[in-house]
Amino acid sequence: MMEPVQADDAGAMLRETADRLLAARLTPQVRARAAGGGWPDDLWAALDEAGLPAAILPEAAGGFGVPVADALSLLTVAGRHALPLPLADTMLAGLVLARAGIEVPAGPLAVAQGSEVRLDHAGRATGHAWGVPWGRHARSIVVLADAPGGPVLLALPQAALTIEPGADIAGDPSDAVRFEAVPSQAAPAPFGAAELRAAGAATRALMIAGALGAVSAMTVEYAGERRQFGRAIGQFQAVQQNLAVLAGQAAAAAAAADLAAEAVAAWAASPGPGLLPAVAAAKVRTGEAAGLAASIAHQIHGAIGFTQEHPLHHHTGRLRAWRDAFGREAEWAQVLGRHLIAAGPEGLWPAITAV
Amino acid sequence: MSPFAFPSPPPSPGADLLRAEIRAFLASELAHRAPLDRAQSWNGLDPAFSRKLGQRGWLGLTWPKAYGGQERSGLERYVLLEELLAAGAPVGAHWIAERQSGPSLLRYGTEAQKSAILPRIAAGACFFCIGMSEPDSGSDLASVRTKAVRDGDGWRVDGTKLWTTNATHCHFMILFCRTRPLDREHRHAGTSQFIVDLSLPGITIRPVRNLLGEHHFNEVVFEDVRLPGDALLGREGEGWAQVTGELAYERSGPERFLSSFRLLVELVRALQPAADARAEIALGRLGAQLVTLRRMSRSVAGLLQAGADPALEAAMVKDLGALVEQEIPEIARDLVGDGPPTPQSRAFAQVLAYTALHAPSFSLRGGTREILRGIIARGLGLR
Repeated sequence: MMEPVQADDAGAMLRETADRLLAARLTPQVRARAAGGGWPDDLWAALDEAGLPAAILPEAAGGFGVPVADALSLLTVAGRHALPLPLADTMLAGLVLARAGIEVPAGPLAVAQGSEVRLDHAGRATGHAWGVPWGRHARSIVVLADAPGGPVLLALPQAALTIEPGADIAGDPSDAVRFEAVPSQAAPAPFGAAELRAAGAATRALMIAGALGAVSAMTVEYAGERRQFGRAIGQFQAVQQNLAVLAGQAAAAAAAADLAAEAVAAWAASPGPGLLPAVAAAKVRTGEAAGLAASIAHQIHGAIGFTQEHPLHHHTGRLRAWRDAFGREAEWAQVLGRHLIAAGPEGLWPAITAV
Repeated sequence: MSPFAFPSPPPSPGADLLRAEIRAFLASELAHRAPLDRAQSWNGLDPAFSRKLGQRGWLGLTWPKAYGGQERSGLERYVLLEELLAAGAPVGAHWIAERQSGPSLLRYGTEAQKSAILPRIAAGACFFCIGMSEPDSGSDLASVRTKAVRDGDGWRVDGTKLWTTNATHCHFMILFCRTRPLDREHRHAGTSQFIVDLSLPGITIRPVRNLLGEHHFNEVVFEDVRLPGDALLGREGEGWAQVTGELAYERSGPERFLSSFRLLVELVRALQPAADARAEIALGRLGAQLVTLRRMSRSVAGLLQAGADPALEAAMVKDLGALVEQEIPEIARDLVGDGPPTPQSRAFAQVLAYTALHAPSFSLRGGTREILRGIIARGLGLR
């Protein structure tokens, strides 16, 4: 009975550490540097020193042996601070590399999905990938290649990559990557592309949930301060009703993200397509919440929230980017819908309770 | 950071076993019920079925054994409820007694009240209705005008209750009323609850038909009704605290997002053998909503089991749940075409019509949407 208690503490301790660190170090100057596509190396070094990117790794791979779901809950803190750094991607890459038995490189990492990769007889990789989050800053990029014996996971070193910078809707790096006959560390992967995409989608669901918590709190606070017609706008019933909807969407996103974290934790222990329905549900629900909640938050913040100087857009921009990343709502809704319809009329309820 | 907490539901090893048991029971018990009957969910009324559940020990599952219960966990009861509702079992006869009246009696009742009534509820032999709403007070419960005044050792009641579901089939009502004149400064004070035997002289029950022509609602008129002293539940004046304490039980359960579930089942049937991408996406979206609501609702069940007071979370589950329940018929009607009728498409059309016509009530019963959002706003510190 002691173990779950300790595990809980580990998660809470990690989240507190991350929260304090980001509150102190994610300054407007750091944000400004990141917004230009620059790399806030001090902040990354601080995250690294606190052990956060490695928190998800097993002890044998340089981690702390924190339960995976607890380590993943760090991403809600990243979301709460609208973190302009690839903590999620580094954790995800580390998790899958360790699972495939490949040594986890130090430094920021990226996961390329939507990639097309060929392996030659010497095991050298040729191909390209697009929409790679933070690709230009990653020391290694993880890709999955089809091979005759099944999927193979590769870690491609940055030096061997040609990068075409791009950006997602929030302005964070989202790069195209090319590589030719690159020798890389490779190992058979105990999972396929759909599972890797789902694990990525889970990271975004967690960040969306964290960001929505922050957006809800900052909107309630603003509604309590901003006065119009002689009273705080939060005293108007119409505004209160919208804030209640916003809070409900944030709460639903948090519950959905918890489901995704637990599904990824179970998958990390024993890979298989079983994580897809839970992650699909979480990505659909958090994505939907992101859209509804961001629009309410902007409505209540009024014109000031539409300015560059107001911090709201750091969060709402990333909500838009994260709901687009690793599959949008329609894609994941179709995955879940197909699964439920295949269960048949009398199997529908058992399929829902199994998620 | 947020005033709302939806922690992971605690593990419940007994729940999986119970789930398998009840699925097997329902599969045989409900096999011959028509889709439309099953769509009635907790509006379906079948005292014989309620007694069967009682015989299996499935009513009052969490109550002390001394009062006919099984002393099992809240999460096990949760599994039982959701399986009953998802299968469309006719649970309406005992629903209120088991969900609300029994727990209120357990919490506030005297030893004599508890031992007289609880074992009968657990046996599926004693049904209750809720005496809260009145002609001019729906969500504004503090405005009730039905009054009970001291009369010797007992009380004398006059007034009218409305929207009282299933009153004609019930043995008792828990009556919420004024026991002192309204104090405009303290509107919630001076209210009390009574356990009222509905066979007493002076009580008249009149049906109020809903827009489908069904008779579930009733008007219950009290004219000079004499209640014995031991009809009082708890102490005089604590009525408000009692009813607000009940609301988390009333608002967070699986009945708050499964009202339209049988329509979803018939939709999947109607979409066989091949569904197009549009239907897959629409169904997946609804599935994501249900999976998330179920998680939230189980979380509230865990909080209730731990003795917390998740009134805010329960209001949130009910508000979000009603939205999804109301969306299901709106979406389902658009996914099945109007080709030549088949037995499947007829069943679907019947269930769709039934569910669509009931849908307006989903965001009224148990607290209107606007009131729930007001409660959430208060939780956010805005009021």
